[in-house]
Amino acid sequence: MNYVIIGNSVAAVGAVEGIRKQDKTTPIIIISDEPYHAYSRPLISYYLGRQVTQESIYYRTEDFYRVNRVELILGIKAQQVDFDRKEVILQDGRRINYTKLLIATGGKPLIPPLEGIDKQNVFNFSKFDDVKNIEKVATEGSKAIVVGASFSGLKAVEALVQRGVKVTVIDIMDRIMPRVFDEAASQMALKTLEKYGVEILLKSTVQKILGDKTACGILLQDGRELFCDFIILAMGIRCNTDLVKDTKININRGIIVDNKMRTNVPDVYAAGDVAEGYNFIEQRNTEIPIIPNAYKQGETAGENMAGADKIFDKGFVMNSMPLFDLSIVSAGVSAPGEGINIKTIYDQGKNIYKKFYIKNNRLVGYLLINDIDRAGIYTDLIRRKVDISSFENKLGKEGFGFISLPKELRKHIILEG
Amino acid sequence: MDNFNAAAQNRIYTKEEVCVGCRLCEIYCIAAHSEYRHDLIKTFKKLPKRPLPRIIVEEDRPVSFGLQCRHCDEPECVKACITGAMQKDAKTGIVINDTKRCIGCWTCILACPYGVIKRDYDNKKVASKCDLCIESNIEPACVKNCPNEALYIKPNLKVGIRSTQ
Ligand SMILES: Cc1cc2nc3c(=O)[nH]c(=O)nc-3n(C[C@H](O)[C@H](O)[C@H](O)COP(=O)(O)OP(=O)(O)OC[C@H]3O[C@@H](n4cnc5c(N)ncnc54)[C@H](O)[C@@H]3O)c2cc1C
Ligand code: SF4
Ligand code: SF4
Repeated sequence: MNYVIIGNSVAAVGAVEGIRKQDKTTPIIIISDEPYHAYSRPLISYYLGRQVTQESIYYRTEDFYRVNRVELILGIKAQQVDFDRKEVILQDGRRINYTKLLIATGGKPLIPPLEGIDKQNVFNFSKFDDVKNIEKVATEGSKAIVVGASFSGLKAVEALVQRGVKVTVIDIMDRIMPRVFDEAASQMALKTLEKYGVEILLKSTVQKILGDKTACGILLQDGRELFCDFIILAMGIRCNTDLVKDTKININRGIIVDNKMRTNVPDVYAAGDVAEGYNFIEQRNTEIPIIPNAYKQGETAGENMAGADKIFDKGFVMNSMPLFDLSIVSAGVSAPGEGINIKTIYDQGKNIYKKFYIKNNRLVGYLLINDIDRAGIYTDLIRRKVDISSFENKLGKEGFGFISLPKELRKHIILEG
Repeated sequence: MDNFNAAAQNRIYTKEEVCVGCRLCEIYCIAAHSEYRHDLIKTFKKLPKRPLPRIIVEEDRPVSFGLQCRHCDEPECVKACITGAMQKDAKTGIVINDTKRCIGCWTCILACPYGVIKRDYDNKKVASKCDLCIESNIEPACVKNCPNEALYIKPNLKVGIRSTQ
């Protein structure tokens, strides 16, 4: 009997901790093509920006694998899974038998078929090795183009500015972080970026990457040419289902899992960015590519692999993003939709923005810029599906807290329940 | 090797009916976490930058109450933390932020159902929260110094404690 986990990131760590809640002894084997101790993926931008060193990029302490009795196979790709023989086949031909398998292969960057994309000095922004390579060219005074004003694209921008690199951002949309931001929020962020000397070109499409062997710029569809020393692509991520493509495992965008993180194949589970699990707000399976979700899905999978009967059906997107001096948090619904009432508060003087999405008297989403301190209370109102009609007018008001809730509800939540 | 199963033994609760809103709990919490450890006078007279209080007092006269971390059995903040800085101690069950690893991304703030994590922006750009005065090994300073016994400690019986799942 053993547990095998493919991938060695958040979902894998969650699974190890989940398994060990239930089962202290059965061996766990982790296989990952990245050669590192599990690290925090978001910290790659902080590493690039010299805010953290390599020693502090790790997601768990050094003795994590030893304490949890995990055998590591690092730096080698899992090539294929033979579900009938219950074996994982590695790139070097080794076959690893499993009793229970977790696929936690995460996400992979979306790379469009652009002319010139394989030139040197064109980088992705999703792995530690990416920033280790970027670090070599991102010298003070150099020029960079970041394609994609996405969450990770903007974190790359911030890191480059911290290194003294001159940055231009290109995005096809008319605002930045279009999935989370509306026009007003985008404007606030744009102002901040401009303050830090970042140039932003919206509604611009890349035609091709210029240069000989090494990229030296970008040609836009409108004919403009931009020159730079290197390029970072941050156009989003997709579920990394490569390993199990065209097998009997059910895949939509990600590997489809039930509330216990089981796939349709017996003894095979999936969790994290690779999985498409139940989305509590959308009430259907979707990918939810964030750490809190990867951890909980992994933990649930781990506990169930070890014989428990845990359900996780509360996943939804939530994100916190410090961007220069802005604090941005969002959760749940982030776009208008049928039956959704939107409430906005914009205090230009204090540079504060708040937006609440309400459906059937329930809070289903929010976006907060700068005044974020009690955000978790809103998140919990979403999780608990609380009827907010009696205090809806207090949402977003200064001093909002449990004090703003009806006494009964407050007592139920905080005074011992 | 009983990792991950530890539950904090105690939780601090509030009685809003007797809280007078004096905020002494905040004062004593600040002192308890200053380099002068519980010395009010030195903390407030000598320190240019004091720690933040780790208790939150909510107030809308005449109602007020203090609120701090519950050291949840299924801590949302720990599961959400993007760096691994927020951890539940395997022995004590207390949820503690390793300020050396915390980068101030505020994901824990977004996740905590009680809204009890603060941004320690000025001091270190890290998240700050109640540690049950674990380091000074005394009864939590807020409970001890509340003049009207509006804060009290109750053993965690895993009763009425919500799970995240
Ligand atoms: C720059 C950046 C910033 C981010 N910031 C945030 C943030 O602030 N908050 C947040 O919640 N989320 C953030 N995210 C998203 C977050 O990193 C992911 O949600 C999380 O890492 C998902 O974890 P995972 O375990 O599912 O997979 P991943 O972290 O994607 O790891 C999967 C691992 O599996 C390995 N693997 C894949 N295929 C194979 C194979 N065939 N054989 C062996 N190994 C394989 C991969 O190399 C990788 O190491 C950010 C992501 C990036 C890139
Ligand atoms: S900070 Fe919040 S989520 Fe974390 S243990 Fe304390 S009360 Fe629970
Ligand atoms: S602010 Fe610190 S403790 Fe909170 S989630 Fe971010 S790194 Fe973790």
